[in-house]
Amino acid sequence: MAKITLDNLAHSYMPNPGSEDDYALKELNHDWVDGEAYALLGSSGCGKSTLLNIISGLLHPSQGRILFDGKDVTQTTTTQRNIAQVFQFPVVYDTMTVRQNLAFPLKNRGEDPKYIAERVQQIGQMIGMEATLDRKCRGLTADAKQKISLGRGMVREDVNALLFDEPLTVIDPHMKWELRTQLKKLHHDFGHTMIYVTHDQTEALTFADKVVVMYDGRVVQIGTPEELFETPAHTFVGYFIGSPGMNVLPAQVDGTTAHVEGQAVPLGAGYAVSGKKVEIGVRPEFCTLTRDEGLPVKINRIEDVGRHKIVRARFEGHDVNIIAEEGQEVSADMTRVTFDPAHVNVYADDWRVAPHGARKGEAA
Amino acid sequence: MDKTVNQKAWFLVLPVLLLVAFSAVIPLMTVVNYSVQDTFGNNQFFWAGLAWFEDLLESERMWDALQRQMIFSAIILAIEVPLGIFVALNMPKKGFWASFCLVVMSLPLLIPWNVVGTIWQIFGRVDIGLLGYTLDALGISYNYTQDFFAAWTTLIVMDVWHWTSLVALLAYAGLQSIPDAYYQAAKIDQASRWAVFRFIELPKMMGVLMIAILLRFMDSFMIYTEPFVVTGGGPGNATTFLSIDLVKMALGQFDLGPAAAFSLMYFLVILLISWVFYTVMVNLDKRES
Repeated sequence: MAKITLDNLAHSYMPNPGSEDDYALKELNHDWVDGEAYALLGSSGCGKSTLLNIISGLLHPSQGRILFDGKDVTQTTTTQRNIAQVFQFPVVYDTMTVRQNLAFPLKNRGEDPKYIAERVQQIGQMIGMEATLDRKCRGLTADAKQKISLGRGMVREDVNALLFDEPLTVIDPHMKWELRTQLKKLHHDFGHTMIYVTHDQTEALTFADKVVVMYDGRVVQIGTPEELFETPAHTFVGYFIGSPGMNVLPAQVDGTTAHVEGQAVPLGAGYAVSGKKVEIGVRPEFCTLTRDEGLPVKINRIEDVGRHKIVRARFEGHDVNIIAEEGQEVSADMTRVTFDPAHVNVYADDWRVAPHGARKGEAA
Repeated sequence: MDKTVNQKAWFLVLPVLLLVAFSAVIPLMTVVNYSVQDTFGNNQFFWAGLAWFEDLLESERMWDALQRQMIFSAIILAIEVPLGIFVALNMPKKGFWASFCLVVMSLPLLIPWNVVGTIWQIFGRVDIGLLGYTLDALGISYNYTQDFFAAWTTLIVMDVWHWTSLVALLAYAGLQSIPDAYYQAAKIDQASRWAVFRFIELPKMMGVLMIAILLRFMDSFMIYTEPFVVTGGGPGNATTFLSIDLVKMALGQFDLGPAAAFSLMYFLVILLISWVFYTVMVNLDKRES
């Protein structure tokens, strides 16, 4: 177990990267605290897997250093870093039995056979495959194979970190919950540093203590699920997390008021904004339909998803989504929308602008 | 359930029947016909029963040729399969050199059999051939027209040169289908190079290797042109394989009856061995899963 430090790290798949666009992973400084569970969240192709492979040593970065507990490991191999990694698609050794598969990493490291047998039994139980330990892996379902891959990742107790690269993509939904719970329990019991790559926000938010959101090769925000929800640091975070994502509207901001297409929207605090593109962002959860107050919108459709209703509306050519809680009134003559001022964020060139002083209604 | 009965539907099968009849059944039956008859010329045939088959089974000449053939096939399989795998493992995976290697590897496969034979026939000659001359100059006695060992070595090296590419290309195709994640996982599991080969590469290559072995076996068992061009079956009968013997019998001596019986036995032996190969390998495959 170790603290992992990324120091000025960047990576390009090109031999001679010129502009910043050539980098799959843009310059990054970050400490992964020992024993925490992180989720690396972002859409496909944003550099998540690149970052993961650099940490595990399968890829060597174009620039920067990686330190494990302060020791530079940038040039060392995966083996020397003592890391376990589970991949998106199941990797099992087809000709071996489940038991042999689980024992493989230990055997290669010359562990004591008695210890191996014990440990394999324990892991087999954890992944719920005790009964099939002596089956050949070939012909098992994708689920089962991925469980074996997970098991092989977890079988070593002394690893510096456990890395997961979208490991639950091929697993059935009901099994996903179970395995995710297992992983969480494992983290709780053994306290490994875990980094979990995913593009599924639910997975990220339920698994991790801290979520790292990546966009276009850059880390845009690192925070607890609550922080990501309340104060997205980048419009991408707002859009990517939440269902539906945050409403983003172009605006002019003047002190405590924003003007959206000529309509005044009160803000929770004062802002001094400079930037080419100024926008306000407000989550659908903090929008309310009214009869006579706020921005006039045209309602396109209403989706009833059970617990709440999602109102899809348009305002001057911009999409506005509103979540109406159960019991909240929604009727045809309600064609205006108001925002909760305390939860309106201001963005300049996609990055969140901090307000002057504390927000109204919030303890300083 | 009632099936619609329409006997006219048989006419739809007729074209295929005719095609197969003319391309396979009738020629084969002609051979069967010859194998049970004898002739003294003038196109007059007499019923000979199974006499030719009985003769054949007692013929030392046939058993010797069969034995040579078996040994030849066994040797070239034992060389070409491991060598082909080895070459495939060492070929670049992508980029310019991968394409380059593929082209170079397929070149021998594109050369006609008798040209291959001619190349090696000249290459090995002591007076003008590069190989023969060099060996001779080094003081190594090498003469494939007179020396048993030299003749066999030449034929084997020639076949390896000609056909290892096929095994290598098939094995390479098998290797290319292995996702990177497998190698990465093996690195993380600290697997040795041997373990990577034994547990990842070999299992993934099994399917294509099966085809490679079967193809190489059948082809080598039927080899004719190259030994005919290089050694002509000699020295003595040292490299007279089944097909060379058969041609001698059928066209050289014009013994149609014995040659027909020989052909049928030859065909059945190939069929039998290929079937055994196939069955054994498929069963191995099943047992694995």
